[in-house]
Amino acid sequence: MPADALVSIRDLTVQFRTDRGWVSAIEDISLDINAGECLGVVGESGSGKSVTALSILRLHARGTARAARGSIMLDGRDLLRAPERDLRRVRGGDIAMVFQDPMSSLNPVLTIADQISESLRLHQGLSRAEGRSRAIELLDLVRIADAPRRADEYPHRLSGGMRQRVMIAIAIACRPRLLIADEPTTALDVTIQAQILELLRDLRAELGMAVMMISHDLGVIAEFAHRVVVMYAGRIVEQAPVGTLFSAPRHPYTEGLMTSLRGRDIPGQRLGSIPGRVPDPDESIPGCRFGPRCAHVEAVCRAAVPALVSISENHDVRCTPRSQALAPACL
Amino acid sequence: MPVTSETSVEVRDLTMSFGSGGAGRRPTMVQVLHDLTFDIGSAETLGLVGESGSGKSTVGRILVGLLKPTGGSVRLFGRSVTGADRAANFAAVRSRVQFVFQDPHAALNPRIRVGHSIAEPIDIAGKHSRRDRDDRVRQLLELVGLPRDSADRFPHEFSGGQRQRIVIARALSLSPDFVVCDEPVSALDVSMQAQIVNLLMDLQDRFGLSYLFIAHDMTVVRAIARRVAVMYAGSIVEIARNADLYADPLHPYTRALLDAMPRPDPTRIRPRTIPGEVPSLLAPPSGCRFHTRCPHVMPRCRDESPRLLEIAPGRQVACHLFTAAETTEP
Amino acid sequence: MIEASTVPEFAATTLAPRQRSMILRRLVAHRSFQIGFFLVGVLAIAAVLGPMLTNTKPSAMHISHRFSPPQAKFLFGTDMFGRDIFTRVLYGARVSLWVGFAVAAIAGVFGTTLGVLAAQFRSLEGAIMRLMDALMSFPAILLALGITAALGPSMNSVIIALSVAYVPPGVRIVRASALVVRELDYVQAALIAGARAPRIMLRHILPNSIGPLLVHLSFVFAYAILAEAALSFLGVGVQPPTPSWGNIIAEGRDYALQAWWIVLFPGIGISLATIGLNLLGDGLRDVLDPKLKG
Repeated sequence: MPADALVSIRDLTVQFRTDRGWVSAIEDISLDINAGECLGVVGESGSGKSVTALSILRLHARGTARAARGSIMLDGRDLLRAPERDLRRVRGGDIAMVFQDPMSSLNPVLTIADQISESLRLHQGLSRAEGRSRAIELLDLVRIADAPRRADEYPHRLSGGMRQRVMIAIAIACRPRLLIADEPTTALDVTIQAQILELLRDLRAELGMAVMMISHDLGVIAEFAHRVVVMYAGRIVEQAPVGTLFSAPRHPYTEGLMTSLRGRDIPGQRLGSIPGRVPDPDESIPGCRFGPRCAHVEAVCRAAVPALVSISENHDVRCTPRSQALAPACL
Repeated sequence: MPVTSETSVEVRDLTMSFGSGGAGRRPTMVQVLHDLTFDIGSAETLGLVGESGSGKSTVGRILVGLLKPTGGSVRLFGRSVTGADRAANFAAVRSRVQFVFQDPHAALNPRIRVGHSIAEPIDIAGKHSRRDRDDRVRQLLELVGLPRDSADRFPHEFSGGQRQRIVIARALSLSPDFVVCDEPVSALDVSMQAQIVNLLMDLQDRFGLSYLFIAHDMTVVRAIARRVAVMYAGSIVEIARNADLYADPLHPYTRALLDAMPRPDPTRIRPRTIPGEVPSLLAPPSGCRFHTRCPHVMPRCRDESPRLLEIAPGRQVACHLFTAAETTEP
Repeated sequence: MIEASTVPEFAATTLAPRQRSMILRRLVAHRSFQIGFFLVGVLAIAAVLGPMLTNTKPSAMHISHRFSPPQAKFLFGTDMFGRDIFTRVLYGARVSLWVGFAVAAIAGVFGTTLGVLAAQFRSLEGAIMRLMDALMSFPAILLALGITAALGPSMNSVIIALSVAYVPPGVRIVRASALVVRELDYVQAALIAGARAPRIMLRHILPNSIGPLLVHLSFVFAYAILAEAALSFLGVGVQPPTPSWGNIIAEGRDYALQAWWIVLFPGIGISLATIGLNLLGDGLRDVLDPKLKG
């Protein structure tokens, strides 16, 4: 575990109960989130990016999900095995979360101030009046104009963008060391999305917290992250610093995603596309799960599940042919 | 713009209002479209972009007859579908106009086999024998790149991208000339988006289809559209050829929209975003509806609504910064 | 690099492994559905085969064996006239289950028809829904009491009375889900293609709106069995000598302390039927509700 890792996930496998038994949603996820950094996690639906995030706070529905293997370490404690009481202190305290849908994340019968101060009163034992004045400070911090008036309003008076600002205010209320943002701008309009991303970037710098940005949008990731983890069908397929990933992607899936975005500026030209579809979690695919869609598939890809191999400093790829060609000989 | 036989769609001064307000309250009329004028040529794609509340989806629904506009005129293939003979004229062009929906999960009846969904427009038109119909379904499935045995499966057996192919097959079943594509890829994963956009382009080349391609994602529109219209709060603020619009956006809102688009380029330094939000339809701002967010706002903008003017060939902008036929740099 | 052309389009569209009749498979795997199905199934078979399972008649009196406790000859004992309770409970099951089934069926047919019509046609909506509101403003059992009193007590009156009481909630349920379905894109697609009201209603709205109603009907079935028992107990339901679970209990209530078996066994019948149908309904709800939207 690197010295500056805030959260360290090792070999995490999470399974869900289905009609056909337990099915792995994510498998062998290992990643570090360093203090103060912005980690981007990118993947399509079914890639397991949200499952990974929810696992950190153990927010899966009880009985339908289980962590079959692995550990998630924070301050020398394994969050997967910590008692529920300790975990409540972590949630909203050390680690906070912002979700995709700001419409259903706020309780319609409580005022904005009440909802923001709820975790403060819980975690720091503030009084109601203290809570309200802290809530107003936080509304200022997330750039909501006329904060004292807004604090006493109910969520239905706010637009989607404003609600997401309130959600961020709630998340940062206890000065978390890690903010997990799960598609925080996907439900918003383009100009509002840009505003929220700017806000998150500013807050990260002001508060010195780490941010785990989960998105399907490579554009959002490119503009926001320092380091990027690419997920496909429940596994990490590539991780690298953002510059490296976008200038020299190594996994064929990452390459395919880049190609499908980059050809868009020439009218009428066909876009580069990845054929096929994302497999269902319970579909059995021998070897590499991207194999059936990969243009460079070889016999070795079907023979065994490829390992995540480091091909240069901070750059890991889960592709047997590529890592054999690129990995430094002395490993 | 001259109206020729090459034009599939001609829209003039289109307005649309909805009654709003619940029971007991006096209904207030909310105007969602303001005097839209545009054409779509034969085998042409017009991109229509805008954020939520811009009215872009309403335009699409009016063009296929799901909504009846409150003002202005719409002509499809030269026939007026807003005038006195609305019903008769619409019946005459119905088979030539089709629609592709945003959400491929809601667009297919979950209880009906895919083959029957695809054949539904044929059944309603009532022109084909059963065997002709089944042949046509197989042919359509092949056309959109699905295996022939898809016909007797149910929608839940398909992925989102595959369902969108089925929806496209249904839209093509009566060989239409004009298809409204309402955000056809925005519900799909990135790798699926490219497949569907490519398919739509292939079909256009093959059958000479015209598209109205509605989207909020300007990068998708860039690939498929020949011309692009940008909407804000119910008005068209700019229409331009694709290359012109992306290289040199004139309207401040178009520029803001392009600047705000996240790009897969970590080295790009993004300009600051415009402040504020899309205004409420219930209380629209006076004058130019964009003036509350515009970085170039002038006193005139607050009082006077700018008209869409042709400032260069094929280029129309509704902004006081520009006057007809000559441009001023913002 | 992966280009559009390097892999033929066909590879782009491999289908997921075939998943036929998901709903049926999930139902079969559902524990409370299994138990409910078993209970209701056993009762239904007993009711259908009733005459073959006993060698006496429900009204046959064995005068020398009045108030016999359960024994080999009379499995469930006999009543004050020496009638075999086992036979009477079997024949009673035919009446009680038939009443429940008939009421559920009538409520289903009327609920679906009126609900879909109310959702489709604004002009009918007001009239239909106000009528339903009027019917619903009476307590169901009181309404049924009034109707059976007016029509004269008989099994058919009970069925009619309970149907009148249980149609309105069905109409509301169907209308509510039909209003949602009507706005879905596949209905819009049919409208764009020029579909008329009958096709929209029968092909698109109806099959996608009746899931919640099916769940509701399994509960109506159970309520109707209970309500029939209550009406018969009160003397306005199925009339003796025709046995129903309700009137067997009613006749035996004066002797309940001495001859507990007269009321116990029809009581168990009512309980098992109600519990079974409720479990069945729970299973249907779990399986149908989330799946219908997919």
